[in-house]
Amino acid sequence: MKWIANALVALVMTGSVHAETILATGDLGLVVERASGSLLLVDQSERKMLTRISGLGDLSHASLVYSPDQRYAYVFGRDGGLTKVDIVERKIANRVVQSGNAIGGAISDDGSLVAVSNYEPGGVRIFDADTLDLVADIPTGSKTIGLVDAPGKRFVFTLWDDGETWIADLSAGKPQITKVTGVGTNPYDALVTDDGRLYITGLFGEDGLTAIDLWDDNPKPIRVLPEYGRGQQEMPVYKMPHLEGWARAGREFVLPAVGHHQVLWINADDLTETGRTETYGQPVFAMSRPDGRQVWVNFAHPLNDTIQVIDTPSKEIIHAFKPGPAVLHMEFTPRGHEVWVSVRDAGKVMIYDTHTFEKLAEIDAESPSGIFFTSRAHKTGL
Amino acid sequence: MLRLVAIGLFFCSAAIADEHSSPDALIRLVHQDCGSCHGLTLKGGLGPDIRPDALSHYDVETLSEVVLDGIQGTAMPPWRPLMSETEAKKIAEYLLQGELK
Repeated sequence: MKWIANALVALVMTGSVHAETILATGDLGLVVERASGSLLLVDQSERKMLTRISGLGDLSHASLVYSPDQRYAYVFGRDGGLTKVDIVERKIANRVVQSGNAIGGAISDDGSLVAVSNYEPGGVRIFDADTLDLVADIPTGSKTIGLVDAPGKRFVFTLWDDGETWIADLSAGKPQITKVTGVGTNPYDALVTDDGRLYITGLFGEDGLTAIDLWDDNPKPIRVLPEYGRGQQEMPVYKMPHLEGWARAGREFVLPAVGHHQVLWINADDLTETGRTETYGQPVFAMSRPDGRQVWVNFAHPLNDTIQVIDTPSKEIIHAFKPGPAVLHMEFTPRGHEVWVSVRDAGKVMIYDTHTFEKLAEIDAESPSGIFFTSRAHKTGL
Repeated sequence: MLRLVAIGLFFCSAAIADEHSSPDALIRLVHQDCGSCHGLTLKGGLGPDIRPDALSHYDVETLSEVVLDGIQGTAMPPWRPLMSETEAKKIAEYLLQGELK
C-alpha cells in the first residue's frame, strides 16, 4: 500500500504547488539586463518584478519574441545565443549558441519557427520553436539586419553590405528565397507594418528610405523621401536609430531621422513626406502610443537622458522630461495607459501614466535595456 | 533653434568631459556607448571587433585620431565634440592594452 500513500502525497503536493504557482502570462513582460546577461520577469498590473532569470550570455543589444501562447520567450543575444525561456516555470527551457555574433530575430506567424539574424557569419538561421533544432541555414555573405516576420510563414531581412532584401518563404518546408536588389547603401534597420504589407528600410549610406510592397508578386524597391538624407549638414551618429519602434499614427508613419535632430512624418498611403518635427537630439526610438495619439521619442548619446512626447495631430512637442541617465527603451502597455522606460545608468525601470505624465513606480534593474510585454506575441513584426 | 541646440550640446559636452575624466566613467563609455556598435564585450557588431588583438596594427596616436575624427565613409562617428584629446588617448590606450592605467 505504500505506493498508494506515495501517490496520494504526490497528488496533494502537486495540487498545492500548482495552486501557488498558477500564473497567467497576459500582462507579464521581460526586461533585459544587458550587462549581467539576465532578464527580469515583471508584472504590468502590479508594476513589480517577479523574479530574475540569469545565464543568458551577452545581452548587449538583445531582443526577444514570444510564442503565440505567451508562455515562452526566445531571446536573441549578441553572442549568438538563442535562449528559450519558460516564463511560467521561470527558467531557461533550452539554449543554443548558433553563431558568433547575432542581431535580433523573429518568430513565424504560426509560432513554429524562430529565425535569427547574424553578423558573424552573415545570414539567417531558422530553428524549430519547440526543440531549437536547426531547420534552415541561409548564408548571405553579409551582415544581416532588419529581420522581421511576415504573414504566410515568411521572414524578411536585409543585407547591410550588399543593399539587398531577401524574402524567405518557409510555407513549403524548405526556404524559397526572393531577392530584391538595389535597396540602397548600408541599410541599417527595417520594419514591417502591422498588416504585414510594407517593409521599410532605413539607409545609412545614402539619402532616403526604401519601401517594399510584400503584397506585390514581383516586389521592387520603392524610394521614399529621396530628398531627405544625411544631407549637406551631415552630423555624427552616435547610435543608429531603431525603426522597429516605428509609429503608425492614423494615416501617417513616424520615423526617427538618421543624422538629424528630427522625426519624419510620412503619408502611409502614398509614402510622401507630410512633415518633420525638430527634436532635442538624434532620435533612437520614435514610438507611437498604441492609440496613435502620441509619439514618444528618446535620443542618442550624449542627449539620452531625455524623452519628448509629440502630439500626433499637431506634430508638436507637448511634453519633455528627464527620467535619468541613458534612457534606452520604452514599452507601452497594450492599450497605452502606461509606458515603461528603461534608464540604464540609473539602474531603474520607470513607469509613467501617459495621460498625466506622472511617475507611478520604479523597479530596480541592472543596466536595463529592452522591455518586452507578452502582448507582442500577437503582433506581426514585433 | 540651431543656436539653442548648439548651446545645449556645448553644455552637454562640458558635462560629459567632466564625467568621463574618471577611469571608471571612461571604461563605462567604451563598453556601453562604443558598445552600441562594437558590442558590450567589444567583439564587434555593426562595427568591427575592437579588442586588443584586432587593433594591434594601430599605435595610440593613430587610434586616438580615429576616435576623435571618425572614419570617413563608414558609420564610425567623430567623438571630438564629446571628449578631450586626453580622454581619446586614454581610450586608445585602454583599447590597445585591455586595461586602463
